[in-house]
Amino acid sequence: MNVARHEVMSGSDLLLKAEGIQKSYGGVLALHDGRIELCAGTVHALCGGNGAGKSTFLNILMGLEAPDSGRIWLNGSETRFASPASALAAGIAIITQELSPVPDMTVAENIFLGRESRRAGWFVNQTVMRRKAAELLERLNFAVDPRVKMRRLSLGQIQLVEIAKAIDQRSSVLIMDEPTSAIGDKETAVLFDAIRQLKSAGVGIIYVSHRLSELFSIADEYTVFRDGGFVRTGLMKDIDRDELIRLIVGGSLIDQQCAATEPEKATLLEVQGYSRAGEFEDINLSLKSGEIVGLYGLMGAGRSEFASSLYGISRRNRGRLVMDGAEVEINSPGDALKFRIAMITEDRKASGLFLSQSVRKNISLTSLSSLSRRSFINERKEKAVVQRMIERFHIKVRTRDQPVRQLSGGNQQKVLFARSLTTSPRILICDEPTRGIDEGAKREIHAFLAEFAAQGNAVLMISSEVQEILASCNRVVVFRHGRQVAESPVTRITPERLLHWAS
Amino acid sequence: MMSTPTKQMGRAGARSRTLGSLGQLFARYGIVIALGLIVLALSVLSDNFLTSGNLTNVLRQVSINGILAVGMTFVILTGGIDLSIGSVLALTGMVGASLVAGSKPHSPILAILAALAVGVVAGACSGIFIAWVRLPAFVVTLGMLSAVRGLTLIYSQGMPISNLSSGFKFLGQGTFLGIPVSVVLFGATALAAWVVLAYTVYGRRVYAVGGNMRSAHTCGINVRGIIFSVYALMGLLSALAGVTLTARTTAALPQAGVAYELDAIAAVVIGGTSLTGGIGGIPLTVVGVLIIGLLNNGLDLLGISSYYQQVIKGLMIVAAVLIDKARHADAA
Ligand SMILES: Nc1ncnc2c1ncn2[C@@H]1O[C@H](COP(=O)(O)OP(=O)(O)OP(=O)(O)O)[C@@H](O)[C@H]1O
Ligand SMILES: [Mg+2]
Repeated sequence: MNVARHEVMSGSDLLLKAEGIQKSYGGVLALHDGRIELCAGTVHALCGGNGAGKSTFLNILMGLEAPDSGRIWLNGSETRFASPASALAAGIAIITQELSPVPDMTVAENIFLGRESRRAGWFVNQTVMRRKAAELLERLNFAVDPRVKMRRLSLGQIQLVEIAKAIDQRSSVLIMDEPTSAIGDKETAVLFDAIRQLKSAGVGIIYVSHRLSELFSIADEYTVFRDGGFVRTGLMKDIDRDELIRLIVGGSLIDQQCAATEPEKATLLEVQGYSRAGEFEDINLSLKSGEIVGLYGLMGAGRSEFASSLYGISRRNRGRLVMDGAEVEINSPGDALKFRIAMITEDRKASGLFLSQSVRKNISLTSLSSLSRRSFINERKEKAVVQRMIERFHIKVRTRDQPVRQLSGGNQQKVLFARSLTTSPRILICDEPTRGIDEGAKREIHAFLAEFAAQGNAVLMISSEVQEILASCNRVVVFRHGRQVAESPVTRITPERLLHWAS
Repeated sequence: MMSTPTKQMGRAGARSRTLGSLGQLFARYGIVIALGLIVLALSVLSDNFLTSGNLTNVLRQVSINGILAVGMTFVILTGGIDLSIGSVLALTGMVGASLVAGSKPHSPILAILAALAVGVVAGACSGIFIAWVRLPAFVVTLGMLSAVRGLTLIYSQGMPISNLSSGFKFLGQGTFLGIPVSVVLFGATALAAWVVLAYTVYGRRVYAVGGNMRSAHTCGINVRGIIFSVYALMGLLSALAGVTLTARTTAALPQAGVAYELDAIAAVVIGGTSLTGGIGGIPLTVVGVLIIGLLNNGLDLLGISSYYQQVIKGLMIVAAVLIDKARHADAA
C-alpha cells in the first residue's frame, strides 16, 4: 500500500524515500521521526541544529547503524541495509561527518580501499591504483598527492580525499555530511562544480552543512529536522534565510551583532620573525588587548602550522615572542598554558578530544591543578565548573559523564571550547572555532569571543569563512604560501579583496 | 534552546530503555557477575572450596599476580605493554635474596630497598626507550625480557639462593592481623593504585595519555614523563612481587617468574581495560585477578588437569574481550 502511495506521489524520479525512522541510544531517543524524499538529479539540503539527528539519520540510510523502526525505499522497493557494503552495492555512498582514514595508507590506497585494482585476482595493483587516483584528483582539481600517506595530510586534505573517494563510487545516491566543514572557500567552489556535474548526471545528493549560504547556492530542496524529528520539507527557492533559521532553531534568533569593540592600546603579545622550514616564514604580528585578529588564507597557506608553533605544539626554527614587554619561550603547550595562552585545534578528533572519556573529564583536564589540592581532585568543585560550562555553551548532553564520542559533532566542538576556557586564558588561539556548529551556536560563540576580548583579552582566530572574519574580527592578517601578505582592519576590506590577497 | 528528545519518547522508547539498561548493566558488570557465578559453582561442586583455609590460600596464591596486574593496569592504560615483568621479578628476587642469605645476612629492610631500586631502574630503562627514543613498548620490553633474564642468570651464576634470614621470610610467610603479609601487600597496592587512578591529577593524566596522545600533548600534559613513569612504577611493583615471591618460596630461583606477564595481562584484560589505552581501572583488574586465581584453585580442587586449565583460561580471556566489545558497541 505504501509503495503504491509513494509512486503516485512522486512520479518516476523519486530515488530514495525514508519514513518514520527511529533510533535510540541506551534508551534515549536520538531520532524519533526521520524522513526524506530524494529525487534524482537534485541536491537536497538536510538542515537542523547540533544534535538534531541528521548524522544519525544518514548513518541509518547508509547501513552504518540499524534503526529501531521505520521504512526505507530505494527506487520504489523497500530495503534496509545491514551494512555499508550492501548500501554501496545498491548505489548509495556517504561522506561521513567524522572522517576515518587509515593513517598509514597512501591517498591512493584510501581512495580504493575495499575495491582495489587487482592483478591476477589476488595482488593489489599499486601502479594502476595510483594512476587512477591521480586522474581522479586532477579531474576534481584537488591539490593532493596520491602517493603520500594519509597521516601527513591536513584535515582539509583528508576531507578532499574522502570527497574524491565518495564521488568515485559512481553511486546514484550520494550523502554528504558536512563535507565543507574543514575546507576553504576555493575548495568548496571546486566541490560545488563537481556536485553540479553529478547532478546533471542524475545523481541525487543529500547535503548537510551549517553554512546556510552554501545551501542557498547549491541545494534545490530542503528538509529540516529539529530535536530528532521531521519539521518541514520544501523547495529552496520558496524559502529565505531567516525563515530557514526559524525552522532550524524553532524560534527566531536574536541578532547578536557583535562587531568587536575598539581595542585598547596595550600589546599583549608580539610575534617577531616566526619561521619554520617548509611551512611559514618571517611572520610578524601583534595582538592588542581587546582585539580579535583573523588569520585568513587558502588551505595550505600555513596558518594552522603557524598557530601550532605559537602554542608550542611544533617547534619553530626562528623567531621571538614578546609578552607584556618581556621575551618568553614557548616550547610546549604546557609552557603556553603557563603564560595563559589557550588553543582550540582544528582537528578535534585527532588532537583535541578524548573520545572515550566523559564530557566532565574532557572539560576539566587542563585546569585540574586549580581544581585539586595536593594533587587530589576536588570532584565537587570540578562538577560545578563543568556544569557551568555545559550551561554556558548549551552543550547537549544526557549527563556530564557521557563519553564525548556520543555527542553530535557540533556539541563535541563546544566541549573543546569549554575546556579551553576553564583555564581562564588571556589569549585564545582558535583554529576554525565554529567548524560544524549550527547557526544559533555560531552566533553565541561569536558573541562570546567579543565579550572575551572586551574583558581585555585577545583572540587569534583562523577561519576560512570570509563572512566569519568580516563579522567578528577587528583586524585580519592574510597568509599565502606560508607568508604574511597583507594586514588590514576589517572595516576597510571587502570579501573580494580578501580572496584576491589570499590567492 | 532545545527541548530534550526524551520528552517525545513513546511506549516503544520506554520499553527499549528498560531493555537497554539491562543490557548495559550486564555489559558493565558482566565480569563481576561471572566472578559470582564461579564462586557459586565452585561452592556447589566442591566441599572444600568455601573453607577459610582454602580462601586464604587462594588470596595468597593470587597476591603475586595481583601486584603485577596492578602495575600492568597503569601500563596498559597508557596504551603500552610490559613483557619484561617476569624477568624483572626474578632479578630483583635474586638481588634481595643475595643480601639476606648466608651466615652474615644484611638487614631485610636494606635487601628489600635494594631490590625495589633495581626494579625501578629496570623499569626506567624500558621507559626511556619507549618515551624518548619512541620505540614500540612491545619490542623494548621483549628485549628487556631477554636481557634481564640473562642478567639474573649471570648474577646468580645459574644457581638458586636459599638459606634466607627469617626476618626476610616474614614477608612471604608471616601474617598481619591474621592475614598473610603477601595478601596485605596486594591489598594495599591495589587500594593505593585505585585512589591514584581515580582521584588524582596524575591518574587523570594517565587516562588522557592512553585516550589520545596528541590531545594530551595539546592539553599541556608531559606525555613522555607520564609514559616513563608507568614503566618505572611497573618495575617497582615487579620488584615488590619479586621479593614477596622469594620470601614465600624461601629461595630465589633464576627461572622464577617465567611467563608471569601473561597472567598479569590476562587479569587486566579480563577486567575490561582496553589494550588500546584510556579505558579501564583497578577494581575490575582485581576482579580479573580473582577470576584467574579461582579458576586455578577450583579446577585443582575438582581434580581437573592443568592442561585443561590452560584451555579454560584461554577461553575466559576471549570471553572477557567479547563482553568488553559488546559494551563498546553499545556506546559507539
Ligand atoms: N552513539 C551514541 N550514543 C548516545 N547518543 C548518541 C550517539 N550518537 C548520537 N547520539 C545522540 O543523538 C543525538 C543526535 O545526534 P546526531 O549526531 O545525529 O546530530 P546531528 O544532527 O548530526 O548534529 P551535528 O550538526 O552537531 O553534527 C545527539 O543528541 C547525540 O548526543
Ligand atoms: Mg552530524
